[in-house]
Amino acid sequence: MKRQIPLVLVFVFGVLLAIQYFVPSEASQRGYEFVLDWITIIGIFAMVLGIWSQIHVGYNKIKHRSEDWQYSVVTLVSMFAMMFFGLSFFGGLHGTIFRLIYNNVFIPIQATIFSLLAFYIASASYRAFRARSAVSTVLLVAALLLMLRVIPTGPLADPINKIGNWMLLVPNLAAKRAILIGVGLGGVATALKIVLGIERSYLGKD
Amino acid sequence: MTLHDRLLALDRRWVFGVLALFVIIPLTPMFSNFSVPVTPVKEVREIYDFIEGLKPGDYILLSLDYDPGSLAELHPVAYAMLEQCFAKRLKVITLTLSQTGAQMVEEAVKDVADSCKLYHGFTPERGIDYVYLGYKPYPGLIILGMGMNFRIPFPQDYYGTTLDSIPMMRGIKNYDNVKAVINLSAGNVSDYWVADGNARYGVKLALAMTGVMAADYYPYYQSRQIFGIIGGMKGAAEYESLCKNPGTATEAMKVQVFAHVVIIIFIIIGNLAYFLGRRQTAPTQESR
Repeated sequence: MKRQIPLVLVFVFGVLLAIQYFVPSEASQRGYEFVLDWITIIGIFAMVLGIWSQIHVGYNKIKHRSEDWQYSVVTLVSMFAMMFFGLSFFGGLHGTIFRLIYNNVFIPIQATIFSLLAFYIASASYRAFRARSAVSTVLLVAALLLMLRVIPTGPLADPINKIGNWMLLVPNLAAKRAILIGVGLGGVATALKIVLGIERSYLGKD
Repeated sequence: MTLHDRLLALDRRWVFGVLALFVIIPLTPMFSNFSVPVTPVKEVREIYDFIEGLKPGDYILLSLDYDPGSLAELHPVAYAMLEQCFAKRLKVITLTLSQTGAQMVEEAVKDVADSCKLYHGFTPERGIDYVYLGYKPYPGLIILGMGMNFRIPFPQDYYGTTLDSIPMMRGIKNYDNVKAVINLSAGNVSDYWVADGNARYGVKLALAMTGVMAADYYPYYQSRQIFGIIGGMKGAAEYESLCKNPGTATEAMKVQVFAHVVIIIFIIIGNLAYFLGRRQTAPTQESR
């Protein structure tokens, strides 16, 4: 039963929702709304599970003094602090302390972390963009041209822009489209396998 | 150790240090008069022209789905576009599908609304000229839900006011009532907008995104599933220039130009060292 019920549920909802997509009647719309509500409810439970998992993993790391356990202290303290100051007693999301932490700690931290990407890209470009072979030379030239697009190069600006745009709209697009179609077909195949009960790894080992 | 060996084994901290230096230099007063010429490309201009073509009172939905990490690239677009919409007297529905963006987006919307008094002689009023719906999790579901009725995922706005008691939301049910959705995104929310918003509900869609994401979405532009793309800082600066509203993106282009020049120089140095090394090792191998 532990395996049959989920398989039946997946099959029934999979088939019904696939049919629903092509049947624009009022009843089908109501059924669709009903399912959407259920997904939200299940999602909320998943969030609770995620928070519990975070606490559990962090607590165990601290308890056993595992490697880098100090980071878990920071994670848990920050998580509870934001939850605490987000309570309606402190004004909720509009509260002064919550906003203060958000604006002066969270925003600068996130912006800093994302900015570091530029430095890693610079270092990686220095090492990776070498004309070792014909293919890597193509990659190198393409990267240089796209970078040159944002640099004022005087009379060269127009042709560089045109080449850059052509690269984005022709070779890049062809490759991306091939990948997208491949991924899409793969997604349909996987969905069919799950709905028909051929792919069962999501049920776990028990 | 020869020069090219040293260059090939260059410590990455040198790269970091030089780049940091050249990121700071253009921000000094010495370069205050230096500006980067910006020529808007077609995919950016199409979004601008579309908004310019709307009539006062038309509804537009701005989904500002980015977090503070992408603030530098996407905030300028949000500011320029919001101001353009307010100046055109459009009715703007704003929301975020980024869990860490709710407060940031709220402040951006309020900032622009407040600044309109200074630049356009009127202050857009919340509930009459714009509404901020706030954040809800699970972007795919929210986008699908809004396709049926905005009230399904957002029974209330960010401030707890029910949608039916907000004057500008009366009679506004779903995407059929908005002229377009512009999605500013730093993640896969754009995929949901394309697959669920555009494909399922046929909503007219345009995207603004970080530079690293832009190349992925050109197939949707060519197939006209989206009618425009604003990519990264460059796209943001182009949009600011179209709005004749130079802001942080236009200013940041100086930094981007310097950073790109430094990276290009490093790539050239790396390749020179590589070829010098190859030339020197080639005769040694022959002599063996």
